[in-house]
Amino acid sequence: MSPRRVVVVGYGMAGARFADEVRRRDPAGDLVALTVVGAEAHPAYNRVLLSGVLAGSMPAGAISLHAADWASQAQVDLRTGVSVREIDREARVVTLSDKSSVDYDALVLATGSRAWVPPVDGLRGENGSLAPDVATFRELDDCAAILRQVRPGAPVAVLGGGLLGVEAARGLLGRGCLVTLVHPVGHLMERQLDPGGGAVLARTLTGLGIDVRLGRLAARHVVGDGLELDDGSAVPAELVVVATGVRPETAQAEAAGLVVDRGVVVDDLLRTSDPRVHAIGDCATHPGTQAGLVQPAWDQAAVLADLVTGADPAARYRGTPTVTRLKARGVDLAALGDVHSADSGDVVAVQDSASGRYARVVLTDDRVTGAVVIGLPDAAAAVTQFYDTGAPAPTDRLAMLLGRAPAATSSVDDLPDDAVVCRCNTVTKARLVAARRSGATDLPALAARTRATTGCGSCADTIRDWLA
Amino acid sequence: MRLTGSTVSARDFPTNRGGLCQKGWTSAELLSTPARLTSPLLRRDGRLHPVSWDTALDFVANTLRDLRASSGADSVAVFGGGGLTNEKAYLLGKFARVALGTAQIDYNGRFCMSSAAAAGTRAFGLDRGMPFPVTDLAASDAILLVGANPAETMPPFTQHLAGARLIVVDPRRTATAERADLHLRPRPGTDVALALGILHAVVADGHLAKDYVDERTSGFDAAWRVAAAWWPERVERVTGVPANDQHRAADMLAQAGSAHVLTGRGTEQHATGTDSVSAWINLALALGLPGRPGSGYGCLTGQGNGQGGREHGQKADQLPGYRKITDPAAREHVAGVWGVPAESLPGPGRSAYELLDSLGDGPKALLVFGSNILVSAPRSAHVADRLSTLDLLVVADFVLSETAAAADVVFPVTQWAEEAGTMTNLEGRVLLREPAVTPPDGVRGDLELLRELAIRLGQPAERFPADPEVVFDELRRAAAGGPADYSGVTYQRLRAGEALHWPVPGTDHPGSPRVFLDRFAHPDGRARFAAVDHTGPAEPADAEFPLLATTGRVLQHYQSGAQTRLVAELTEAEPEVFVQVHPDTAARAGLADGGYATVSSRRGRTRAKVRCDATMRLDTVFLPFHFPGAQRANLITNPALDPHSRMPEFKVCAVRLAAA
Repeated sequence: MSPRRVVVVGYGMAGARFADEVRRRDPAGDLVALTVVGAEAHPAYNRVLLSGVLAGSMPAGAISLHAADWASQAQVDLRTGVSVREIDREARVVTLSDKSSVDYDALVLATGSRAWVPPVDGLRGENGSLAPDVATFRELDDCAAILRQVRPGAPVAVLGGGLLGVEAARGLLGRGCLVTLVHPVGHLMERQLDPGGGAVLARTLTGLGIDVRLGRLAARHVVGDGLELDDGSAVPAELVVVATGVRPETAQAEAAGLVVDRGVVVDDLLRTSDPRVHAIGDCATHPGTQAGLVQPAWDQAAVLADLVTGADPAARYRGTPTVTRLKARGVDLAALGDVHSADSGDVVAVQDSASGRYARVVLTDDRVTGAVVIGLPDAAAAVTQFYDTGAPAPTDRLAMLLGRAPAATSSVDDLPDDAVVCRCNTVTKARLVAARRSGATDLPALAARTRATTGCGSCADTIRDWLA
Repeated sequence: MRLTGSTVSARDFPTNRGGLCQKGWTSAELLSTPARLTSPLLRRDGRLHPVSWDTALDFVANTLRDLRASSGADSVAVFGGGGLTNEKAYLLGKFARVALGTAQIDYNGRFCMSSAAAAGTRAFGLDRGMPFPVTDLAASDAILLVGANPAETMPPFTQHLAGARLIVVDPRRTATAERADLHLRPRPGTDVALALGILHAVVADGHLAKDYVDERTSGFDAAWRVAAAWWPERVERVTGVPANDQHRAADMLAQAGSAHVLTGRGTEQHATGTDSVSAWINLALALGLPGRPGSGYGCLTGQGNGQGGREHGQKADQLPGYRKITDPAAREHVAGVWGVPAESLPGPGRSAYELLDSLGDGPKALLVFGSNILVSAPRSAHVADRLSTLDLLVVADFVLSETAAAADVVFPVTQWAEEAGTMTNLEGRVLLREPAVTPPDGVRGDLELLRELAIRLGQPAERFPADPEVVFDELRRAAAGGPADYSGVTYQRLRAGEALHWPVPGTDHPGSPRVFLDRFAHPDGRARFAAVDHTGPAEPADAEFPLLATTGRVLQHYQSGAQTRLVAELTEAEPEVFVQVHPDTAARAGLADGGYATVSSRRGRTRAKVRCDATMRLDTVFLPFHFPGAQRANLITNPALDPHSRMPEFKVCAVRLAAA
């Protein structure tokens, strides 16, 4: 029996992960012969870490997903630097830009998404390509282009206050740039945050030194000068970083006649309208999934690998709970589920704008169904776990937000009689009191009588204070 | 400690610095316990009856001879313990391979140190638990303590931690975690992810020890590619440990002038235990700690002779001196010392749980030394069932442990203060324990027991000496040239007070307190990163069993409790098994503090007193494993085994709670 021929279009986070998941289930390639086609010349890299590269904490070489010899080790026919020219679904053959063609039994579209650039006058040059001082923030090459142009002390504008825009702004600030963040909506990250959370985030970013302009559209860009906003104000910038969102890359799918609704539409088996063609990651639209995050792509890769290798024919993709975690130094932010339609649930909220702390958690039947948590790292971790597992939240809701209580440091006098003072020897307060009353009035005598302090010795100070 | 008459006093020794916990202070009570066995016992008509040594020895030898003749040498199995002296462990391995000719020998250290041993060997080419003296810790600036609770299991040891900034990884807020500067509280079974997250933070925050990684290690790139996919925010989602805390941990370790990473059973007793330890070692390597003066990685040994017990041949795949039983040169050498042809030595046998699981179908007789498997093995109801199918169960112990009570023959043997022998402590230092009291009448040493059985099985008497020093001198020759080379250790040097850490390859060699300063033990001298990934517990929580149970020890009891449950003071303090649970979790299961709960898993159920504790994770319950019968925590544990170490997954299984 010859292995099934599976062709993956796209060698990014979804395509590379899918190849890994297939080889995890079929290490020798007995079941699946894999071909991976990637348009970029360099090997697949971890896009999530790009903001770290931009911020300077991560060297660009450290984010590649595979070793240079991965394809030969994993027995994958890897073709980089070539794109797909045509998909012939009838003949089940893919034609590539280098004129070669590959037959498939199953085709996996993992073409991802591309940066969307708003139609602002001057962002693009005459030929339609970006102006020389404008960069998107999506690819490793974008990152390299930005880093070539930024200099400490230079004014930079970031267009778009979504997740990526905020991360880019924070990273550029860390590089010493004078950053202005321009966002067309009244509060930042409006897809994930409620207005209160957005305001706290803006205040935090402002405190760090970012000039945040909300509710403003860019009207015009002048090369070398910067942006002019719709209220006529000017944003000086030697570089404009555009982070105004992404669009699924569906050109090939559309050309092949597959059903597309924003992304390529897939079902729970990750099949497109042609059951031999699958789509995963940013290029796909699945009813239960928000695009643009890596976790859904990886979950889909695992399910599809189960299906194409036959490891688990019953595997289905039912969606991934959405948890957004901002990766920006000094700003701890988690957003999950739905905080906007809070009519039906209970709400727990705290706000301490001066210190940049904010939490709004929505619960339905004791379960966390949505939350925004800013500046409370312990609470962010706890709330995320309750959301992911669907386990009931603690009855003390506020304690969940405030994190762990500090350890009580009480003196022996304040303890109840049955409290253990010396744990190593199970010596209770009552025994210490009895020993002291019968004449053991210093530490050596108490130790001889009760063995308190003779183990690890950590209770010695407490007992000394009590004797004093 | 020192024993004078029947009174224990503390002794200022490097490991304990003069401290003793309640277990130590009360240990002399065992010397005069009324539960002491002083006569061999033989089962007749379903009950154990006192018999003479000769009767018991003859019965066992005859039965073993018959079994070997009818069913082959592998029909007899041996189970040892990490509490046995080096001499006993050594002679037990020799007895199995030479007198019984069986491959079927393993020991309870498989349940204890095996994952740390496998990972240490993989990384460094040598498993010496703590490859530096324990006193180095006192000068450390930052210590990461993973899955260890020494404030309860080894309280005097915590004095060595007092000077450092302490990071504790434990799902529970233990007595040790309470003292930490930073407590990381992962969901049980997610340690690998947490280690990967901290490694990621080390690299992302610019703390990687590049020169060290280039000069002294190999395999970083592959390990990093795994860790690169585990950025702290992703790890937070899996472990529940805040991303911020992962960065803080990386920072505390990186900023320290000297730092240590130490692991214990909490991270090792998993079906992925070896990978867990490898993940922590990777972190230590990325920070440049192992083999650097004043820094390092080490594991905390669990049993008295947990280190020596795993070096001299009671392990299924091992010959003395930490040699591999599959290595032809090792077989030649050891067979030469034993005076038998190398081809007569059996090959590797089954690991501890697999051995117990195979009883009845495989071995028909089992000889147990220094272990209480009915309480300490995972899935204990099944183990009890396997033991009941044996033709012959023989137990050597000094009290009637639960396993001894189920035996066909019980031999009463000496205990700690009644016999000479060496132990190798957690830092690889060989200690000589001299006898302080005379054993009661009717009691004999394990060495003598092995000798008497060997002679009855047709062995020449001189091949099985009963004098510990003579056995040790033979062990020195058998271990000479092996990884754990004891050839330069003598009773004379130990009596003179020399601090000898192995390897000690000659009597003029000063010992090796710090083994990796110049090079690691792999042929190229480099330590190896292992590209390990997170896979999670073998049995995740689900709708039917929604909670995770983890098991461990309390301060007052030791291991299966066969000894400590005999000491009134200890039993008064902790009389019975409890289940530690968050009050909300208890309330949702209809349980009240102080009431009784049934804790059920797919393998069984245990009845435990409810102990509510608001510091517990809501998804996690804890049970100590020291208690017998229906109180055994191991009735519920999962025997899923680690592929490298064959360690069972004691530390996480899915359970549910109900009112009992």
